Amino acid sequence: MSDNKNTATALDDERRVKVLSPGQLVAKRFFRNRLAMVGLIILIIMFLFSFIGGMVSPYGESEVFRKTEATWKDYAGAGYNSNFIFRPADGQDFPAAAQQKFILAVNKSQESFEAGGVTYMLENCGEDFYTVSAQTPIATVLTLKGKSSFKEIGDAKVTDAIKKAYEEASKKEETTFEADGATYFISKSGREETISGGGEIALATKKVFNAAKEDAENGYAFEKEALLASEAGETSFTCEGATYEMNTLENGAVEITKDGEVYATISDLLVSPQTTGSFLTLDFKEAVEQAILAKADTFTAVDESGEEVTYQLQNKNQQYVIRVQKETTVNDTYHKPSTAHWLGTDGNGMDMLTRLMYGGRISLMIGFVVIIIEIVLGIVIGGCSGYFGGWVDTLLMRVVDVVICIPAMPLYIIIGSIMDYYKIDPRLRIYALCVILGLVGWPGIARMVRGQILSLREQEFMIATEATGVRVSRRIFRHLIPNVIPQLIVIATMGLGDVILMEATLSFLGLGVKFPYASWGNIVNAVNDVYVLTNFWFVWIPAGFLILITVLGFNFVGDGLRDAFDPKMKR
Amino acid sequence: MKKFVIRRVLLGVVILFFVSLIIYSIERSLPTSYVKGKAMAMSQKQGAKPYEELLADLNASYGLDKPVLQGYFVWLGDAIHGDFGESWVWTQPVTEKFANVIWYSFALSAVAFVLEILIAIPLGIISATKQYSKADYAVTVFALIGISLPTFFFATILKWIFSINLGWFDLYGIVGRMHETYGSVGKVLDMAKHMVLPIVTLTIVSVGSLMRYTRTNMLEVLNADYIRTARAKGLPEKKVIYHHAFRNTLIPIITILGSSLPGLFGGAMITETLFQIPGIGYTSYQCLVQGDIPFTMFYMTFLAVLTLLGNLLADILYAVADPRVRIN
Repeated sequence: MSDNKNTATALDDERRVKVLSPGQLVAKRFFRNRLAMVGLIILIIMFLFSFIGGMVSPYGESEVFRKTEATWKDYAGAGYNSNFIFRPADGQDFPAAAQQKFILAVNKSQESFEAGGVTYMLENCGEDFYTVSAQTPIATVLTLKGKSSFKEIGDAKVTDAIKKAYEEASKKEETTFEADGATYFISKSGREETISGGGEIALATKKVFNAAKEDAENGYAFEKEALLASEAGETSFTCEGATYEMNTLENGAVEITKDGEVYATISDLLVSPQTTGSFLTLDFKEAVEQAILAKADTFTAVDESGEEVTYQLQNKNQQYVIRVQKETTVNDTYHKPSTAHWLGTDGNGMDMLTRLMYGGRISLMIGFVVIIIEIVLGIVIGGCSGYFGGWVDTLLMRVVDVVICIPAMPLYIIIGSIMDYYKIDPRLRIYALCVILGLVGWPGIARMVRGQILSLREQEFMIATEATGVRVSRRIFRHLIPNVIPQLIVIATMGLGDVILMEATLSFLGLGVKFPYASWGNIVNAVNDVYVLTNFWFVWIPAGFLILITVLGFNFVGDGLRDAFDPKMKR
Repeated sequence: MKKFVIRRVLLGVVILFFVSLIIYSIERSLPTSYVKGKAMAMSQKQGAKPYEELLADLNASYGLDKPVLQGYFVWLGDAIHGDFGESWVWTQPVTEKFANVIWYSFALSAVAFVLEILIAIPLGIISATKQYSKADYAVTVFALIGISLPTFFFATILKWIFSINLGWFDLYGIVGRMHETYGSVGKVLDMAKHMVLPIVTLTIVSVGSLMRYTRTNMLEVLNADYIRTARAKGLPEKKVIYHHAFRNTLIPIITILGSSLPGLFGGAMITETLFQIPGIGYTSYQCLVQGDIPFTMFYMTFLAVLTLLGNLLADILYAVADPRVRIN
């Protein structure tokens, strides 16, 4: 060194004071190395970023950000009804198979049809308005010599009134008779006659009833009466003691009012809600009809809470879909960098920058823990091996040979898959990762320590410690190990970079640190989805870049330290 | 020399025994659901034995029904006869699958290796001869960046730039979509094109350490007495560096290169997996994560053999290059 040369020329007291201690010389050489300084600055920034950053950041490690998104959602469907709507009478059932037969019968203008063993009669009460009555056989009658014997079918009861009415009808050779207010039919088959009970079981219409109130129950009788009245052009009808007013609107729909209030309407337009259980008001249905007639794309209607809502109307082959804008909350994924999220958000809607800070914390901590494990194992095993020599040395060095020979990367992958299989808790996984990386990584350090100690052991100062009777443990830890420390520091600094790289690689493969914990490696893992790789650079480039410069920082510093510790280095 | 080699080989066999024993023990804690699944599939074929019987058969054939140590000896007995069993993932003999895929890996590693030498040695020497110059700093920084680059990140950046944004290369695979329509030359060129990005990745990531090694050795040689003598004789600087110094630097470099030759067969697991090159690295990655014990055992043992072979080669080459280290 140039200033050393100057002091060598004149060694007076003044100059001698300036002579630096070995440690200071190392520090001086280190701080003069520009690359090492760059590395040191990088590392300081990374530590601040990871350990302080997490505290400064207003967001948590796995805080999920959500956003509201307005999307058009199907609200209701509408269409002019061209099919029969069946309204079974109270307590009656009109099966689907019979409904099909009914339509066929209407098309063929038949008066009766059969389905499922039951004969149905249909009566045309108006335009596209039918009532359906079923004939169920209740008894067979065998009349011999004017005396009839009744045989009941099933659990039907043949009362005396029926018998009497039947006999009367049979005399007059009529096919129907009435008894107890019900109509019965007689059909002949050979000598036997069958009495069938009749009764209206359903009505079929193409008109649509729209109730004004959600809880309004339109009875069968009400609908029938209303339709009959509407067909007859009457303006009022009574049903179950109540009187209803009717008036025809300009669009052809019929409005039914009860006590001055709109009770229901009858129209051709069928409007049904998309979700079951929701109720559509008459106003809304009216608005839909107006919009359809006006061929409008959008319309407004007042909703239940009294607010005016804009609806979208889409025409699909005369079937209309009414859509409304609904606000839904979704995870704010892959949000572009903004003032709120400087590096955007990731695929889970978490703040990228905060994830990077916590990820750095985990990556650096794993690095340090692993290196400490490696150094402790390396010093103990290498130290014992070098100091004691003989069979201890041979044995330990063979162990080192075996461990070095185990392929590290495949081993980590196997262990990672095992932990995957047993679904180890992510926190435990981090500890396990540290231990495994440490257990596999120590042989290099052990070899170095052993080599150093083997050469140091033969030096004079060790003979001196032996001669002065220093204890063995003190000889190892006070006299031998401190002499190995420079090399240890260099190897540890460089090793830290390697450990961080290895951890990042494993996490990238999905076998290291797992969600919800962040690590730089598992952040880059998102690129396995090509869509992310193509579109969202901010998700993976910062994390990869941080790994690069952190490892680079450790390598710069390690390199600088090696040069600084090496007295042979001349500059 | 002969004695030394024999001793090292015998030692290697002992080490290999313990290494494979350790790997086998770890493997055995892998889920054997694969065997169960296979037994289930086989039992559903017509006229097959019942599931339990098949499962027992399969376990017996892989030695899985025995304790770890005995199971290991079953495996070892077969392995010594060259029978590594049938891969569970690939359903073909392990050695057959290995023979099919190894040459992709070798081609990839070999080309990267040659490129590495061509880049690292000249740059290392320049950086040593012009120590502390700008060129030295540039080379040092380049080398350290190469060492510090995570393979997966660099490969992803290459894919992003050259496959996605520029569209020059395919993202994955060894052959293109139109591979079958090409002639024989075209097929080779197609495969070569798919190898470009993996080779670049591999070269850049591993060139750094060789560069540093060359630089360190060259510096050592340049500080040697005979270089001072050569300079004192008045030889031109060019001759000193490229004649006297370079030849002496070559000794350790050739040694380290020779010892890394076996490694060329080991496959580059991360690079191959990322580019889905069907070499030994990608093949065994799939086996590793799926718990394919026969293939994994073979691959791990194979890697251990390669490491031992590398060490042995290094020792022999040292002895050949430098008579002083020969052991009698």
